[in-house]
Amino acid sequence: MTVITPQMVREHGLTDEEYARIKRLLNREPSYVELGIFSVMWSEHCSYKSTRIHLRKLPTKAPWVLQGPGENAGVIDIGDGDACIFKMESHNHPSFIEPYQGAATGVGGIMRDVFTMGARPIAMMNALRFGEPSHPKTRHLVEGVVRGIGGYGNCMGVPTVGGEVNFHRSYNGNILVNAMCVGLARQDKIFLSAAKGAGNPVVYIGSKTGRDGIHGATMASAEFDDASEEKRPTVQVGDPFTEKLLLEACLELMATDAIIAIQDMGAAGLTSSSAEMGDKGGSGIELDLDKVPQREANMSAYDMMLSESQERMLAVLKPGREAQAAAIFKKWELDFAVIGITTDTKRLIVKHKGAVVADMPITALSDEAPVYERPYDKRSPEKESPKFDPSKKLMDSLLKIVGSPDMCSRRWVWEQYDNTVMADTVQCPGGDAAVVRVHGSNKGLAITTDVSPRYCKADPFEGAKQAVAEAWRNINAVGARPLAVTDNLNFGNPQKPEIMGEIVSAVDGIGAACRALDFPVIGGNCSLYNETNGEGILPTPAIGAVGLMHDVHRMATVAFKREGDSILLIGETRGHLGQSIFLREIQQMETGAAPPVDLAAEKKNGEFVRKLIEDGRADTVHDASDGGILVALAEMALAGDIGVEVGIAGTTVDAVPFFFGEDQARYLLSIPTAQADKIAREAQEAGIIHALIGKTIASKVVRVAREGEIALADLRKAHEGWFPAYMAAPHAN
Amino acid sequence: MKSAVIVFPASNCDRDAQVALKQMTGQDPHMVWHQDAVLPDVDLVLLPGGFSYGDYLRCGAMASQSRIMREVKAHAEKGGAVLGICNGFQVLTETHLLPGALMRNADLKFVCRPVGLEVQETQSAFTRKYSNGQKLSFPVAHGDGNYVADDETLNRLEGENRVVFRYAAGDNPNGSARDIAGILNEKRNVLGLMPHPERVVDPLLGGTDGQAMFESLIEALS
Repeated sequence: MTVITPQMVREHGLTDEEYARIKRLLNREPSYVELGIFSVMWSEHCSYKSTRIHLRKLPTKAPWVLQGPGENAGVIDIGDGDACIFKMESHNHPSFIEPYQGAATGVGGIMRDVFTMGARPIAMMNALRFGEPSHPKTRHLVEGVVRGIGGYGNCMGVPTVGGEVNFHRSYNGNILVNAMCVGLARQDKIFLSAAKGAGNPVVYIGSKTGRDGIHGATMASAEFDDASEEKRPTVQVGDPFTEKLLLEACLELMATDAIIAIQDMGAAGLTSSSAEMGDKGGSGIELDLDKVPQREANMSAYDMMLSESQERMLAVLKPGREAQAAAIFKKWELDFAVIGITTDTKRLIVKHKGAVVADMPITALSDEAPVYERPYDKRSPEKESPKFDPSKKLMDSLLKIVGSPDMCSRRWVWEQYDNTVMADTVQCPGGDAAVVRVHGSNKGLAITTDVSPRYCKADPFEGAKQAVAEAWRNINAVGARPLAVTDNLNFGNPQKPEIMGEIVSAVDGIGAACRALDFPVIGGNCSLYNETNGEGILPTPAIGAVGLMHDVHRMATVAFKREGDSILLIGETRGHLGQSIFLREIQQMETGAAPPVDLAAEKKNGEFVRKLIEDGRADTVHDASDGGILVALAEMALAGDIGVEVGIAGTTVDAVPFFFGEDQARYLLSIPTAQADKIAREAQEAGIIHALIGKTIASKVVRVAREGEIALADLRKAHEGWFPAYMAAPHAN
Repeated sequence: MKSAVIVFPASNCDRDAQVALKQMTGQDPHMVWHQDAVLPDVDLVLLPGGFSYGDYLRCGAMASQSRIMREVKAHAEKGGAVLGICNGFQVLTETHLLPGALMRNADLKFVCRPVGLEVQETQSAFTRKYSNGQKLSFPVAHGDGNYVADDETLNRLEGENRVVFRYAAGDNPNGSARDIAGILNEKRNVLGLMPHPERVVDPLLGGTDGQAMFESLIEALS
């Protein structure tokens, strides 16, 4: 038997204390296979050891939550016996090393998390952060990640309906690829991972096991350095064709009643799926690795237990149902093998070539995994209110902002994703939230992902609140009722007290906003150690959210629809310029306080706007966030190809802060003028701050009283121009 | 009109085609698995979009060799109508039911967006309810829709009025020769096109320009 050396322990990412704990739990030295199993199960990625105590503080319950955190994905009740199942997950480290495969397998992994619970995936989103455009790797990474997401999602035939793309130098060495999958199931056909009962067959389905992705979870739990490129072989390789077959085969098997439990093999493959299923079921699991379908010859037990080969699932069947299940997988030409049995020992026992190579109590991998209360230092948030330069011409600034890397059209990206397959996409990318119809009904699910990392850097608490509030606002803005969120917490090294402080504050901020908005967190994922050579990313707690509308015919969109409409601004404009796009793009300043989020105002304003849409009184709505109201108005004008004229109203704020300030809780509505006064009166009565600030006009321009105007054609050229021009430029490497 | 939709492994517009046919004809189409040996007695066979067999070889190449395609060919040879959309068009060229080939898009990128089309030919079972020169908007969603053929074939297609749809001027999404978006076979009972008519039969989904294709088929085949 291999003797474990301190060197091996370190190479497995375990500390001396953690290794001592393993010996104590086993009452002996671990075998080499056991060491590998502990290392992945105790990795940050699988164990959440740095964040677990903080994540417990998040609100996770509501009458419509059917399944909160802890399963493969969260589940909400959307009425009529239907359930919506969704989750967002990161694939950051692999995507930096190998962008196409990293992003593709990120999409595949999150889809499996959703369909393993019995849902058919109906929409994908993604939140992407890249380094600054001038960095030599950025273009190559954007191209590879976008191709990878499209390559996988398009083949699966699941529409990719939107997301975010941002650039910032803090991601130069560490991009973020967060993918979200939303699925649909019947409430009485939801599958969980608890392998209850002894003597039930444990079956392996899907692709064969190879040596790819060994120790992916451990890689995802370490910082990067210049040698990280050498980790390319730990990146998994995706096969969307097999995944499509796996999806259809699993749904076919799920239509029978043969399954007791099922779980996908994601991070840490066979190890985590078997340990988690046994743990949740309170049972033991015995595996015979000789039965595992293998792609390569002479694979060791260690290789098989740690492989992250894609497109695989583990299930526990009712005894005697093996033949029925095997027939389904034969039809779909997938591997199927009975590789083990559940026991009542609560131990994970792994046999290979007749020998027992691992025998450990499952609780040692789950409940007994280390949990750290890492020291943290909450630095005080930025408080400054930066001065704006009054010499900057308003309309020139608008043109520059709509053509800037973070604010320009993402058409270059989303046109590479099939966003209309499944014939239920009623709102395509480019709006506040995407809307996908619940097949065969008039109901719609609104989906969005949001976070403004620059706000989170200035103030992690307010910034995280803002991410939740913006997601909530985007869902209201299309006319859906926001129901629940999934969080994807991307941060640097939690062993640094200032980073841990960002994490703690951000979790507190998410919790505060979700509680106030009745918007529970039903699942999520943490990606820590997003650092390269000691440089951390901006704190990026991405929020994915889903809402429900009862009649998609009443959905609102951002596009102006009529000339002569009145423009109603809902919410208070104080002219908050700290951390604004204006300061960054026009004055090259990334300073100031993050905009404060008044959650009571968010709730009041959002519910007012949603009611107008639900009652069929508003069909044109846009939230005002990044870039402020003038940018939002320009986007509405471009989307509808209808001009607009506005002026300052209801406040004494100067033009630049009025039009480019990023105050929260605001919406812009375009409503037929005959109804505008009545709606404004109702806002007044409801105590909602509002102003009628202008009209849509026949002339195809954006015009601001006393400031000038700019043609939609020029705005469109700038807005649509940046991305294709950037991507077409010669590659630096 | 009785219809069948062929389902290959990793077809992914099969359900969309099924829903559109149900909506337009009032009848459920037969969903026919690629390993089936028999084609039901139908008026129209639809080859749907997707990534049959993963399309890791040339798109449609594996599907063209599948068992059910022998039956589809026989159906076409007897004069039965066959409609191939997107991957279905690729399968039809690989099967040689239609001439030419579909190569990678000229810019090497997958493209999904509504494109302008112009109806070039209304003398067919697929297009009789359109008018000549009519402008349509259908979505495309493909990585390999760049239609190529030698000049002789292209001239012949045009000379025999077998180019049914062209991309509107300046809106060719893939570099197709002569802006070709859809073509007929010689007997005019097989149509292949890259854009997706089945995604534009519901006003909520960006238009109803696809309805007339199904109405044409119902009129011609019922």
